[in-house]
Amino acid sequence: MYNTTELCSVVSGHSSPAAILCKCTTRTAFISQLVKKRQPWILLPGNFQRLLSRVLKLALSSEGLYQLFNIPAFTTAMTSSTNVSCFHEARRVAIFGGTHGNEMSGVTLVNLWIQNGKEIHRKGVETKPFITNPRAVEKCTRYVDTDLNRAFTTENLSAPSGDDLPYEVQRAQQINEIFGPKGSPEAYDVIFDLHNTTSNMGCTLILESSKDHFNLQMMHYIKKAIAPDSCPVLLTEHPLLKYSTSRSVAKHPVGLEVGPQPQGVLRSNIFESMRVVLKHALDFIELFNEGLEFPPCTVDVFRVSEKMDYPRDTNGNIIAMVHPNLQDCDWEPLNPGDPMFQTFDGTTLRYEGAGTVYPTFINEAAYYEKQQAFVTTRRETLAAGAIKKNIGQSYSV
Amino acid sequence: MIYFCFDKRHETFYLMEPVSLPPQSRVALCGGTHGNEMSGVYLVRELQKLEKVGSATLTTVISNPRAVQMCKRYTDVDLNRCFTDAILSSPVTDATPYEVRRAQELNTLLGPKGSAGAMDLVCDLHNTTANMGLSLISYSAQDWVILHIYRQIQRKITSAPVRFILLDLPLADAYSQDSLGKHGFSIEVGPQPHGVVRADIFNIMKEAVDQTLDWVQCFNSGSAFEGGEVDDVYTFVKSIDYPRDPETNQITAAIHPQLQDRDFCLLHPGDPMFLMFSGEIVKYEGVEVLHPYFVNECAYYEKSIAFHLARKMTLTIPPLRVKRD
Repeated sequence: MYNTTELCSVVSGHSSPAAILCKCTTRTAFISQLVKKRQPWILLPGNFQRLLSRVLKLALSSEGLYQLFNIPAFTTAMTSSTNVSCFHEARRVAIFGGTHGNEMSGVTLVNLWIQNGKEIHRKGVETKPFITNPRAVEKCTRYVDTDLNRAFTTENLSAPSGDDLPYEVQRAQQINEIFGPKGSPEAYDVIFDLHNTTSNMGCTLILESSKDHFNLQMMHYIKKAIAPDSCPVLLTEHPLLKYSTSRSVAKHPVGLEVGPQPQGVLRSNIFESMRVVLKHALDFIELFNEGLEFPPCTVDVFRVSEKMDYPRDTNGNIIAMVHPNLQDCDWEPLNPGDPMFQTFDGTTLRYEGAGTVYPTFINEAAYYEKQQAFVTTRRETLAAGAIKKNIGQSYSV
Repeated sequence: MIYFCFDKRHETFYLMEPVSLPPQSRVALCGGTHGNEMSGVYLVRELQKLEKVGSATLTTVISNPRAVQMCKRYTDVDLNRCFTDAILSSPVTDATPYEVRRAQELNTLLGPKGSAGAMDLVCDLHNTTANMGLSLISYSAQDWVILHIYRQIQRKITSAPVRFILLDLPLADAYSQDSLGKHGFSIEVGPQPHGVVRADIFNIMKEAVDQTLDWVQCFNSGSAFEGGEVDDVYTFVKSIDYPRDPETNQITAAIHPQLQDRDFCLLHPGDPMFLMFSGEIVKYEGVEVLHPYFVNECAYYEKSIAFHLARKMTLTIPPLRVKRD
């Protein structure tokens, strides 16, 4: 890293001074140092001062710098002196379908790939398509005894096995044995869990931990690959609202939730969207396994905040529906005072929260029984450090 | 008095005698015939408080309470296929499915089908995952009560397209609940996922029911309804199933994106119908240009139906008023 004086002489002599500036600095701390001390400013030519002030406005994150200049050399220079998290190559990858037996895209895709896995084959990766809840799939129902995607609690997984346990708890134990054990080094590297929703969520990626840099980098990659189409990321990290999913057995669990699609129905557009997202995800894993280093990046996410139930009477029956103004508006801002519910006789009930939130899972069929009309989220930007494949001996992450 | 009606299609005048029919004194409104079709379930609950509509009595029924409780279409068999004469008169044993027993109970409550004691008007509320807007479904092209109700709904409702579907079946073979009444029809509103209540869909169904009850009130109090034509009438011709794997019977294609959500459009020979998971397109190979509906209805996968095809027609209805004794 150059010191301030060296930097200025290098900078002023170069045809793309801003680019060199970025090459030399690892963090915005250096840039803010420049701004505060003002020392180099005096030495810089006027036109560069103007350019630099534009750079600084964008350079609130290293991601902004990267986007602005997009120089391959930036990557290697950056990472040679930055913290790069090294991960074992992602050799064992599973794709779960039918965790809910009536969510048809995942069921159909996984059955297709069980018959012919060519589409999901990637060099150096063992990709295993798997139907997690075959009994529910056979009956085309969400679950038989209990929701499989809530069944992977420590309590369930460590309970003594037996036929008296609910079907899905037995299944959770079996899945944990094949793809886990959850939390151990033997667990699968990545599990993609394919879901559909009746909510208008588009192609949503579900992230369980804000500290999973591998997953963050994957999601960043996917989002860029399918742009201009959007791919919102839902972060379910929350002390109360987080739930024990089937994918949580893996080191890097990735949820894929695509909607809107009615339960039991297969829509071609939804099916193809899910297929494309998975293709990009597997491409990322292949690139990672080949040794490609992914530079630091940021990912805009929606962090779950609060569960909102329907208004109900004393008998527990719902007395209002999601308001037409809110219906289908997943990921759009909901401001205090905005319509939220409409009673059956037409009265509007309004959102009375403190600030703007971003609702999602709006009017999901399966959540009526879980007392949830929608969930509110707050926008956040997560930073992911650079990652690359661990070559030779090192710590496992 | 006799009336002249002008048939636009054939460009002729012809005579239509006005018809007078007995008052619609006993009206039944049924929801939850399929336990996961939510608009009807909630609308019936709302209207339970209403006992009379003008001079007529209103009976509200949750047809399949067990299925409603489980939020499933049915528990043993589809209730809305149990109202044929044969099933209604079949002997009950321990092995009789719940829905068959329930159909016979409903026949006692709303029927008996085909008899003088049956409800004057039975209106059965349904939802579909297909993009069918507001559709009225009935069996007869000459049930003037139903067709006049249809015309009123079509004129008054602008929040959704309104259409009429004709199932050409004799009464004995009519299998749905609405056939219990002297006059009967189903109101089908979509698209809505099963198990979900959407405010926009609920409001459309409510409007349709309000217009129906309004018509009944007007009819009973002596209003004369002029004759004329009703269009957007679709007669069932045949069904098309999904392409399936011959060994496993699993579907091997989805409704093509160009057909998905386009109920009642024109399907020409050569138009795409299905998109195989492998990427090939399956095209419509019929000779006649027809109109698909119930495109991608969830409950029809197990009935081997991807969609129905219909012919479009116009019906002529006579002037109608209530018969005064």
